[in-house]
Amino acid sequence: MNPWRRLVDGCRRRSPWLFHMNAGSCNGCDIELIACLSPRYDVEQLGVKLEASPRHADILCVSGPVTRNTAEAIRTVYGQVCAPKAVVAIGSCPASTNAFVGSPTVEGPLERHLPVDVFVPGCPPRPDAIIEGVTRAVQILCEREGARAEATADHAPGEGPT
Amino acid sequence: MTLLPFVRLLVFPGLLYAVPVAFLFLWIERKAVARMQRRVGPPFMQPLYDFLKLMGKSPPPRPGVDGALFRSWPVLAVAAGAGAVGLLPVFPGEGGFAGDLVLLLALLELPSVFLVAAGFSSRSPYGQIGSAREAVLGLSYSAVFLTAALGIAAAAHTFRLDALAVAAPSPLRWLGIAGILLCLPAKLHVTPFSVPNAEQELYAGPLTEYAGPELALWELSRGLEWVALTGLVATLAAPRVESALVAAALFVALSLLTVLALSALAAATARVTLKQAVGFYWRAALVLAVLSLSASLVQRSPP
Repeated sequence: MNPWRRLVDGCRRRSPWLFHMNAGSCNGCDIELIACLSPRYDVEQLGVKLEASPRHADILCVSGPVTRNTAEAIRTVYGQVCAPKAVVAIGSCPASTNAFVGSPTVEGPLERHLPVDVFVPGCPPRPDAIIEGVTRAVQILCEREGARAEATADHAPGEGPT
Repeated sequence: MTLLPFVRLLVFPGLLYAVPVAFLFLWIERKAVARMQRRVGPPFMQPLYDFLKLMGKSPPPRPGVDGALFRSWPVLAVAAGAGAVGLLPVFPGEGGFAGDLVLLLALLELPSVFLVAAGFSSRSPYGQIGSAREAVLGLSYSAVFLTAALGIAAAAHTFRLDALAVAAPSPLRWLGIAGILLCLPAKLHVTPFSVPNAEQELYAGPLTEYAGPELALWELSRGLEWVALTGLVATLAAPRVESALVAAALFVALSLLTVLALSALAAATARVTLKQAVGFYWRAALVLAVLSLSASLVQRSPP
């Protein structure tokens, strides 16, 4: 790995920016995600910022069972996040559609629509669990980007699929 | 011919000083707000981590004139901010030219103009609403900012920055500094006046579509604006001293104090609406600035 790549990789580990998307969630998981920013948990010490635009984010956090109305939107938002990126599914809903299983208005689970990297189970999960999920997602993101960089290093440095 | 002009532009208070201090001020702002909310806050190098990480991201391609324009706004904003910092008269008596206050005011205004243009050229509805808000807010605080700066200049009979910096401090100058301080939260988009980038209403405002290296440059430009504007207050408020070292230390200390005051304001207040912000600047603040200008004209002794 060349020095510039190593530097950017180190910075990437210390600066995960999140974008939160509600895919029909009951708001329980959303409140727990916001609680991570509060004085008790304070994820800002890990460099985490909740960003307002998916274009700025590294990690897409999805809560909710993916309702019919949000399925298309969620694919659009995933496309807006710039590479390298990772997806964290927050709560039991995106993992299994939870209490809404079999509903005709639900098109979950989330894995049918996006490649999910980390599942954080719970209804809702505790903020500690969400923070652990995000740190795990950062590791996965960095390892995947490192492997991709190794694979494309021979061809065109700095260029890669988005 | 001395080396001092080059030192001013490239080392202190120019580029070599401005870029690290831009990151430092961005960190202090975040850390101070975090401490006031009883949080630990980001680590010391956080703005640099964010900057380098954004540099390593791959934004989607934007071909054509649209894309070229879109990419050029943050570069121009960084250039304007760096130029403004380089013009600040920290060491009086050397460098500068007639009318450089006018150039400084223009350079301080340009990043905001570029931000408006960037929001409109991004073609995002959130960007366009954010830009419209920034333009309206800019129209109201600029009147106060320019009047305050002109009041200070009129009181000292000069548009030269180094002459302004050595001029004896008068009550009029303090009135002008108060006017400039009133404008700082709006110029830096700090909370009570963070109307154009109101996250809960507009996503990221004019910067909604920006990603990767271009967003990194916007962050840097925001840091440089902090350095330039707090530096302007510092040079106007600092008492004159002979030693260059003490002058530099005073400049840095006063800049830091201004940053801390603005962070405290951001932590203690909630956002106002655009109408309230515009009303505030046109009513309360314009009265103050017009007072300083008219008083300086009345008190002006014949040359």
